[in-house]
Amino acid sequence: MTLLNETALRARLGEHVLSVAEFGGQCAAVVEAASWLDVARALREGTPAFDHFIDLTAVDYPEADPALRVEVVLFLRASATGERVRIKTRCPADGPLASLTSLWRGANWAERELYDLFGVRFSGHPDLRRILLYEPFEGHPLRKDYPIERTQPIVEYRDVPGVTKLAPFGAEEGQPFGRVDWAARLAGRDLQVSPSIALQAQQRRALSESTAGHAEAAQEAVSTAAKQPEQGAATAAAREVGHGSR
Amino acid sequence: MEAVDDLDLQSLDKLELPADLMELNMGPAHPATHGTVRLKLKLDGERVAAIDIQPGYLHRGFEKSCERGTWNQVFPYVDRLNYVSPMLNNVGFALAVEGLCGVTVPERCQYYRVVLGELARITDHMTCNAATAMELGAFTPFLWLMKVRDWIYDVLEIETGARLTHSFGRIGGMAAPPTPDLKANVRRVLPEVLKVVGETETLLLRNRIFLDRVEGTGVLTQAEALDYGVTGPVLRSTGIDYDVRKAEPYLVYDRFDFDVPVGSRGDNYDRFLVRLEETRQSVRILEQALAQMPDDGPINVDDPRLILPEKSAVYTTIEATIAHFKLVMEGVKVPRGEYYSATEGGNGELGFFIVSDGSGTPYRVRVRPPCWYGLQAGARMFAGGMLADIIPTFGSINMIGGECDR
Repeated sequence: MTLLNETALRARLGEHVLSVAEFGGQCAAVVEAASWLDVARALREGTPAFDHFIDLTAVDYPEADPALRVEVVLFLRASATGERVRIKTRCPADGPLASLTSLWRGANWAERELYDLFGVRFSGHPDLRRILLYEPFEGHPLRKDYPIERTQPIVEYRDVPGVTKLAPFGAEEGQPFGRVDWAARLAGRDLQVSPSIALQAQQRRALSESTAGHAEAAQEAVSTAAKQPEQGAATAAAREVGHGSR
Repeated sequence: MEAVDDLDLQSLDKLELPADLMELNMGPAHPATHGTVRLKLKLDGERVAAIDIQPGYLHRGFEKSCERGTWNQVFPYVDRLNYVSPMLNNVGFALAVEGLCGVTVPERCQYYRVVLGELARITDHMTCNAATAMELGAFTPFLWLMKVRDWIYDVLEIETGARLTHSFGRIGGMAAPPTPDLKANVRRVLPEVLKVVGETETLLLRNRIFLDRVEGTGVLTQAEALDYGVTGPVLRSTGIDYDVRKAEPYLVYDRFDFDVPVGSRGDNYDRFLVRLEETRQSVRILEQALAQMPDDGPINVDDPRLILPEKSAVYTTIEATIAHFKLVMEGVKVPRGEYYSATEGGNGELGFFIVSDGSGTPYRVRVRPPCWYGLQAGARMFAGGMLADIIPTFGSINMIGGECDR
């Protein structure tokens, strides 16, 4: 893959480049949200022209500064030379970010999808409405704090006496299988942190350092649960205990 | 209601035909569009004056679901993206994760992935062309192509255990090594593929009805195709020879001699021909791959951080038991970072953009679905054309609900 490297990115975009993120040999230029449209236009209209729209997507970082919560990533390709470029920027969860629909028509649906699933608003978009989900849907499911168990049935579950055919799961049930409980993590009481992450974040000692690590964590969860009056929090904590003592 | 006899014939010339555009809903479950998508049309007579394409009826939260298991647990989900060629999705996702891990699978595995992937590509193109022909009334080529497609599925079933949802890819290898009969099985089915492709040509390409329906309909220009982010056969039908296998070779595609067929007008006819010819090119690739593929050697990388230990060792040694336990419970630890991998799927550039936070669970898995952008460009192809032309155009875009709506 002929992706523009750091030198080429800085030569092409000049002072717009805040930094260059590199992972596995792939470089991406980080730019200011305010200059998002200018950078895109420079890529679209310069030489070689990045005229092939490839993709636009986003990643949610709920633990970051709220003004820089969502990272929007743009992938482009120049049809003349086959070069690729990747730029990204950070914006608040609700946006706004300048729409690129005036430069590539392919950005239309991609931005609608980001609005639908992440809630990022694009200013200047001609037709910003939900695309994959339905209009009454509440929330934006690809945000990390949207619980995966949450169900939003369009047609309400039947609750008719004498009818035995019920929906397979209720509104508050769903699938409890998940490794990270983001709502709990953001509330500061997450015990499901993957061990390697917890080690990196120094939230948990390595098992080799302390065999009591899990027991302490479980104890903490029980005491947290006792303080929480809500039923939901108690069940969530009980689930955490289950994971912690595994 | 007024009786006909009472009509004042003198005032008939004052009658006006309605000049408003007629609104028509096609779908979400229309018998002639494979895949659930709602097309909201505004018709001026039989011409499409405006169109609003509404996908999403098959949205099941693929990307969200990936964020709750391990990396290897994503494979069953990617099977269900483009369910006509699931093996290409398996390979694409495996390559993305391996790229972030910085590992390369052994040569034999690379050939194995090419062989299975090209078989999947043949089934994908065959299904698309067969369905397009059937929707225009040509039922025989549909049955013939489906017959051979099923023989290919038989080969895939022998290899992977499943006809459609193989879940056969693994990070750092494949779920199982090739069966001893792989080469013989594939070589047996390839002549049938070529034969049925030739038969399809003789059945359809001199058929006046078929030609009238596909020639010059659903036209997309080169600039529009690039602007809309279109890739794959739809882009190549406009004359741009962008094929990821050729432009940015992955696996061992740089060792094969094959051509990238392109069209010239970007209409339904060109898209049909591009897919037919790509089927032949896939057969060429398969023949070379089978000739070059080593008969023995490892399939999986020799890396205990990625690959489960042998079952016999798991039951007899504590080290293998621990390794097995950690890989199953915690998953493969993918280094922190971001990676985008592009492979050529059945419909075009199948991209996986993955973000890892260093744990055993994906932080974000984004799939770039090729037919998503093709369907978006569909608005351009449908507008201004006849209502009936939507059927072949929609067929040749090859929108696959599982991949488009995720």
